[in-house]
Amino acid sequence: MPGICVITEQRGGEVKRASLEALAEALRKKSTVGGDVTAVVLGHEIGEAAAALAASGADQVVAFDRADLALYSSEGHCACAAQAVRDAGASVVFVAATIQGRDLAAAISGGAALDAGYAADCTAIDTDGGDLVATRPVFAGKAIIKVRCTAETFVLSLRPNIFDATLPGGSASVTTATPPFDEGSLRARVTGIAASTKGRKDVAEADIVVSGGRGAGSPEGFAPIEALAEALDAAVGASRAVVDLGWRPHAEQVGQTGKVVSPKLYVAAGISGAIQHLAGMRTSKVIVAINKDPAAPIFKVADYGIVGDLHEVLPALKDALLALA
Amino acid sequence: MNAICCIARVPDTATRIKIGPNGKSIDPEGVQYVINPFDEFALEAAIQHKEAKGGELVVMYVGQDDFAKDLRQCLAKGADKAIHLKIDGPLGPQGISSLLAEKIRPLMPASVFCGKQAVDGDVGGMGVMLAGLLDVPAVSKVSSLELKDDTAVATREIEGGVETIDASLPCVFTFEKGANEPRRAGLKEIMAAKKKPLEVEEVSAPAPKLSVESLELPPPRPEGRIVGEGTEAVAELVLLLREESKVI
Ligand SMILES: Cc1cc2nc3c(=O)[nH]c(=O)nc-3n(C[C@H](O)[C@H](O)[C@H](O)COP(=O)(O)OP(=O)(O)OC[C@H]3O[C@@H](n4cnc5c(N)ncnc54)[C@H](O)[C@@H]3O)c2cc1C
Ligand SMILES: Nc1ncnc2c1ncn2[C@@H]1O[C@H](COP(=O)(O)O)[C@@H](O)[C@H]1O
Repeated sequence: MPGICVITEQRGGEVKRASLEALAEALRKKSTVGGDVTAVVLGHEIGEAAAALAASGADQVVAFDRADLALYSSEGHCACAAQAVRDAGASVVFVAATIQGRDLAAAISGGAALDAGYAADCTAIDTDGGDLVATRPVFAGKAIIKVRCTAETFVLSLRPNIFDATLPGGSASVTTATPPFDEGSLRARVTGIAASTKGRKDVAEADIVVSGGRGAGSPEGFAPIEALAEALDAAVGASRAVVDLGWRPHAEQVGQTGKVVSPKLYVAAGISGAIQHLAGMRTSKVIVAINKDPAAPIFKVADYGIVGDLHEVLPALKDALLALA
Repeated sequence: MNAICCIARVPDTATRIKIGPNGKSIDPEGVQYVINPFDEFALEAAIQHKEAKGGELVVMYVGQDDFAKDLRQCLAKGADKAIHLKIDGPLGPQGISSLLAEKIRPLMPASVFCGKQAVDGDVGGMGVMLAGLLDVPAVSKVSSLELKDDTAVATREIEGGVETIDASLPCVFTFEKGANEPRRAGLKEIMAAKKKPLEVEEVSAPAPKLSVESLELPPPRPEGRIVGEGTEAVAELVLLLREESKVI
C-alpha cells in the first residue's frame, strides 16, 4: 500500500513551520505516490498540535502523547514514528530537516527500523513517472546530487525555508497511538533545554546574517559587527578563524564545518572568503563584503563589495540604515 | 568497556569539486583525502573514554581505498587497533552501519564514537543507524560530553538553544566540531603505532538503497561588483540594497 507519512515536530504544542512545509509538499506529491497523507505528531499534551494538523489537509493524524515523549529522544521518537509508518503502510516518509528532524529521519531509515533509502536535507523533490527524485546538496553545497530510491521505503528530510507551506485545509480524524515501548524505558533523553545567549537569533534561522572574521582584529573588534546586526535585527556569524581563536562561540561559525546558511542578506566583514567559508554561505540571496584587501576572494562571490576598514564602514552603514528607518 | 571510533575518508575541505566523466560522481584526480574533520573530535572523545574506563579502543573504517597512513595516525594518538573493512563498491550510511554493526557486536559492551556527518555526502546518519542495529541509545551532534560511572551527560546545540541529554552507557555519540581539543601524537607515539595491529578485511558491500541520477556543480553566482572604497561607498550600497536587490 503506498502513501506518505509526515513526521512533524512541535514545540510547546505548536507545529514547527518547517514541518508544515514538509506536510504541504507531501500533499503536492500525493497524486504521484498514491494513497493517503498521514501526519504524525509526538510529545506530551499535544492536542492543539494534533488539531492544527487535522485542519491542515492531511488525510489522517496520528498522535503519540505520553510524558516520556515530552522531550526528544532518538530511540523513543524513532520507535513511535517507525510504527506509525508501518501502520499506515506508507512507502514515503517526509521529515523537516531541523536538527531534531535530521536525527529522527536518519534513525527511522536505519536497518533496525524501516531499512529505507534516505535522502537528507533535500532542496527539491521532482517526480518522474511514479517515482520521487530528490535533489540535495553534497560537499557542503559544492555539488548537487539527484537520487532515486531503490528500497521499498523512501525517507526524505526537507531543508527548512525552501518548500512552500501553503496548506489546503481540511478536517481529518485524530487517532491516538500507544508508543511501542514501556514508559520510562528510554536510555538516552533530553533532560533540559536552555535558551542560547540573550535570545539572539540563530545564524541558521535568521533572515539577515552579519558575519565577522579575523579582520575584526580582536574580540572587542566585533562591536561594530554586533551593532550592525542589532540595527538590522540580524544574527551574528563568524568565520572559523575567529571561533578557533576563542573570539566567538562555536554556534556562530558559518561554513563547511559550521552552519550552512542561506539568508536573504549576508554581510561578510573582515572575512577573506576561504573555500570552506564560501561553502556555508554561497546560497545566500544577496552577499555584501567589506574587506581591506581588494583581492580578497570573498569579492568573487559578493554581489556588492566595499574595499575598506570594517571599523569605519560598518558604523557608517549602520548610521545610514538607521537614518532610513 | 570498549570504545569504537568510526572514521570516514573524505576529500580535504579545501578541494575544488570537479564532476567525473560519468556525471554521477566526483573526479578524484588530484583530490587529497583526509580523516573527516568531525571524526577528529570523535577520536579524541574515544581516547578520553579509554583513559577513563579502560578497555580496548578500535578504530574502524569502511571503504574501497587504502587509508593506512591516516589510520596509523589514529593509532599514534591512542587507539589500540585499526580495522579497514575493504568493500568493492560505494556505499551509503545504511550499508556502512550494517557492516560496522556486525564487526562491533563481538566487542560489546562498547560505546561508539562517530562524527556528526561526513563532509562528502553530508548525510549525518550513520551513527544513529548503527545505534539501532546495536540496540544501544544514540546522542547525535554532541558539543560536550562528560563521562560518569554508567552514564554520560552530553550537550547539543539546537535552533536557538542548548539541550542537555542524559545517556546510559554503552551509547553511540556523534560529535560536533569543538566538543574537545583533539590531541597531537608525539614522535614516540608515531613510532610505537607502527607496531600496533592494522587489519584489512575484504567484505562485500550490501546493495545501495539509493541510485544516483546525476551530480552537478551548483549554478555560478552572477558576477558581483565593487561599489566603492571606504565610508564614501556606503550611501550607494544602501541604495542598491534597497532599490536593486530589495533586501532591506
Ligand atoms: C577542515 C577545515 C574546515 C574548515 N571549516 C571552516 C568553516 O566552516 N568556516 C570558516 O569560515 N572557515 C573554515 N575553515 C578555515 C578557512 O580555511 C579559513 O582559514 C578561515 O575561513 C579564515 O577566516 P577569516 O576569513 O576570518 O581570516 P583570514 O583568512 O585571516 O582573513 C581575514 C580577512 O580580513 C581582512 N581584513 C583585515 N583587517 C581588516 C579590516 N580592518 N577591515 C576589513 N577587512 C580586514 C583581510 O584582508 C582578510 O581578507 C576550515 C579549515 C579547515 C582546514
Ligand atoms: N565509510 C565509513 N567508515 C567508517 N565510518 C564512517 C564511514 N562513513 C561514515 N562514518 C562515520 O559516520 C559519521 C557520519 O557519516 P554520514 O552519516 O555518512 O554523514 C562519520 O563522521 C563517521 O564517524
